[in-house]
Amino acid sequence: MKSYVFSTASAIAVCAAGAVFADGHAEAEVLHYWTSGGEAKSVAVLQEEFAANGGTWTDMPVAGGGGDAAGTALRARVLAGNAPTAAQIKGPAIQEWFEEGVLADISSVAEANDWANLLPAAIASHMQCEGTWCAAPVNVHRVDWIWANTEILAANGIEMPTTWEEFNAAADKLQAAGIIPLAHGGQAWQDATVFETVVLGVGGADFYQAALVDLDQDALTSDTMVAVFDQMRTMRGYVDDNFSGRDWNLATAMVMNGEAAFQIMGDWAKGEFMAAGKVPGVDFSCASTPGDGYLYNVDSFAMFSVDGEGKEAGQDLLAELIMGPNFQEVFNMNKGSIPVRTDVDLSGFDACAQLSAADMASTNDGGTLKPSYAHGMALFGAQSGAITDVVTAHFNSDMSSADAVQMLSEAIANSM
Amino acid sequence: MTRWLQDNMPKIVLAPSFIAVMVFVYGFIAWTAWVSLTRSRLMPRYEIDSFIQYERLASSPRFEVAMTNLFIFGALFIVIAMVLGLLLAILLDQKIRTEGAIRTIYLYPMALSMIVTGTAWKWILNPELGIEATVQGWGFANFEFNWLVDPDMAIYTVVLAAIWQSSGFVMALFLAGLRSVDEEIIKAAQVDGIPTWRVYSAIIIPSMAPIFLSAFIVLAHLAIKSFDLVIALTGGGPGYATDLPATYMYAMAFSRGDIGQAASSAMVMMLVVFAIVVPYLYSELRTKDD
Repeated sequence: MKSYVFSTASAIAVCAAGAVFADGHAEAEVLHYWTSGGEAKSVAVLQEEFAANGGTWTDMPVAGGGGDAAGTALRARVLAGNAPTAAQIKGPAIQEWFEEGVLADISSVAEANDWANLLPAAIASHMQCEGTWCAAPVNVHRVDWIWANTEILAANGIEMPTTWEEFNAAADKLQAAGIIPLAHGGQAWQDATVFETVVLGVGGADFYQAALVDLDQDALTSDTMVAVFDQMRTMRGYVDDNFSGRDWNLATAMVMNGEAAFQIMGDWAKGEFMAAGKVPGVDFSCASTPGDGYLYNVDSFAMFSVDGEGKEAGQDLLAELIMGPNFQEVFNMNKGSIPVRTDVDLSGFDACAQLSAADMASTNDGGTLKPSYAHGMALFGAQSGAITDVVTAHFNSDMSSADAVQMLSEAIANSM
Repeated sequence: MTRWLQDNMPKIVLAPSFIAVMVFVYGFIAWTAWVSLTRSRLMPRYEIDSFIQYERLASSPRFEVAMTNLFIFGALFIVIAMVLGLLLAILLDQKIRTEGAIRTIYLYPMALSMIVTGTAWKWILNPELGIEATVQGWGFANFEFNWLVDPDMAIYTVVLAAIWQSSGFVMALFLAGLRSVDEEIIKAAQVDGIPTWRVYSAIIIPSMAPIFLSAFIVLAHLAIKSFDLVIALTGGGPGYATDLPATYMYAMAFSRGDIGQAASSAMVMMLVVFAIVVPYLYSELRTKDD
């Protein structure tokens, strides 16, 4: 059944692609959750390009809950048999939706534009469902960043740490000087963000793959994982006592104001620094968290099976524009992420973005480019949620590392 | 025709709401029960697959925390709100001059939504902004009141905020009850020289038994449904230390794409409500039959 639907859909798409572009009937209803200031501006870029190419764009922004509300709206629409043309979905959720049999095939556009060679292999695999292309990637956020207040580091004679031992030594020094070493917000996803960077740093990329992507029980219960939780316990000591429930941008503000020295957060934190008029390299420093590797968080649009030539033409046009070099450049400059295409000129981007792009290319070659589990790129919701529960329970209590590892292994088994 | 209409008018008038209740309450309860027996993930699926979701629920440490919290929160909230409400009502019942104004003041928190209550208490209890910072600012440098960020104590902040919100309402219920007690009996007792506290403990309060039951039922279902207060006050944190079954259900259904788990936890919540409401209904119906 599935394959029948998809072969038909792709056949129609192939026929429609060339013909309807010229007609200007392309239409798209796009469900997304880019509603905050900078994000809304970014999505407007796509909207304008779509209109400039003769398409009719129906915007369906759903704010709230980091995409939870949009997910609920999407489920309701799909259940009612009235799916939007395109929806902002990412990571394994694309495969989950594909398994429900509701995604359309955009292989014709992808193949015509040679996406397979433009995208890093790891990222391209997320956009493909059983060999067909079913989603278009928009940007790459790097998650394993450590941000620092340059002035504080200089005043205390500290370099950006390249190992966790160095980080701990630097943090001890800062604490002795009366500065909060690590600005952190005690929300489960932020705990998970720090955790995954520690897993990557302490265990390496292969361990990360085994533990947080393949959910290998041996890796989850290994001594390395105990060491990861030990490091988390150490880091809990570097966070101020009032961190519970703090939003990530308030933690970023602590680094900006000199209250705290470091923050571990994805590159959306850069947007906060930039918005406050801070200059990378001068007011704040960016570096990858200790250890080798790169954790990516890629936003993407999945196309849904819809009826009507105009809508199918809209999907093809949308997919083409999303991956277009112009949109990739303008959008990502607005949003603080980097283009997912490897051939975009980065001269207009800031130093942190250029570092991110260079690291993405090198880690892709080295096989250490890994999906972020904390941001829903590596696992289905049930499994990633189960890990996050353990991580946040450990970080917010005095649980021992051995107990945490035991609990982690049970939680994973229970979530299957 | 007119005759038929006259005979059937009540049924016709009631039919739409009856149908709506059947579909939107009982129909969806049945749907949830069905889904709770499946392996539904992102979208509901309908192939029944044993009690796997309930087994997962039983071995989930997070749901265990949520249920424990529900009992701590429910018990403390109901008992303290009722005791406080009764005390306030008795004090207000002493024929004091500004009763109207005071009653309004105590009832006023009820006018706020739980989200507002939660946000306000979040600031009051925040160690860096609220009570702790203020008292330390007065010079008591060792003063500590950090329940909100202490995983072992955070659930009590939820109790605190909920009591603040609801005890005024309980007071109003009890006040109505106190006023409904026959003046003659009280006067007779006073003539006999019985002290006021005995009048309350032996006459007035026992005759208010139905009000206690109503207050209990209202508070119990508020406790079990509690969701917005936790979300606004602690967000379920620190960690998941203040999770309640309702927030667990929400997380599973809307963040995790695990509808089967959400449905089974919703069924467990419903059973808890039934455990409280069914005996109540049973006793109500039986007294009517007698």
